[in-house]
Amino acid sequence: MSDVVKFHFDVDGHDFSSAGEASVAVKQKLRALGYPPDIIRKVSIAMYEGEINMVIHASGGTADVEVHEDKIVIILRDTGPGIPNVELAMQEGYSTARENIRVLGFGAGMGLPNMKKYTDSMQIDTTVGQGTTITMTVNL
Amino acid sequence: MKLSEVCEALSLTAVVGDTDKDFDGVYVGDLLSRVMSRVDAGNLWITIMPNTNVIAVASLTEAAAVLLAEGVTLLDDALDAARDNGITVLSSELPAYELCVRIAGLLS
Repeated sequence: MSDVVKFHFDVDGHDFSSAGEASVAVKQKLRALGYPPDIIRKVSIAMYEGEINMVIHASGGTADVEVHEDKIVIILRDTGPGIPNVELAMQEGYSTARENIRVLGFGAGMGLPNMKKYTDSMQIDTTVGQGTTITMTVNL
Repeated sequence: MKLSEVCEALSLTAVVGDTDKDFDGVYVGDLLSRVMSRVDAGNLWITIMPNTNVIAVASLTEAAAVLLAEGVTLLDDALDAARDNGITVLSSELPAYELCVRIAGLLS
């Protein structure tokens, strides 16, 4: 039985300048472990989008990455407002980001669609008023 | 084509990072999620966004370099992040369209 390598990060919800640090760290760790560039790109982009979403909408959260023999699993948890309409949120171009977020280059309405695009499976568990957990898997 | 050749031909300023490396193709955009899904590894990415998130996106997409158009100046924390992550940042007074036209001329 192979060991599962796990990484845990706390995502600071109040500092946009550090948003993405967890994703960059995961990218570096996967590179050190010798994974191919296309896998690293998928994981790091999907995770970055999730990380940004947590900062924009949920005042931060946690990110856990599990590296299995046959897959990489990314679990993003927050205790933010939840997503009232997941189907709508999954549409490219739909965004509820405020203007002060948009001027930073975010809020294109591509976050969740990109997360789905770059992963082999994505599950959204969300409850309005309680939070959201997103589980993404990239197959190796 | 090497970044250094474009720097010389278009009088670009090398703000930070290595210019002795090749780039392959150009992408222009400021919306980071859109950039994230469209920039290929090795691309030269032209933008007017000067914040530290640009450096994270350049790192994650493995863009060859960020080229700041219209005389935009990289913010201090972004400059630090670029140094820490080995990201090359160039700048120019020219608008993005003009940069694209001239780079296309060099590549053809």
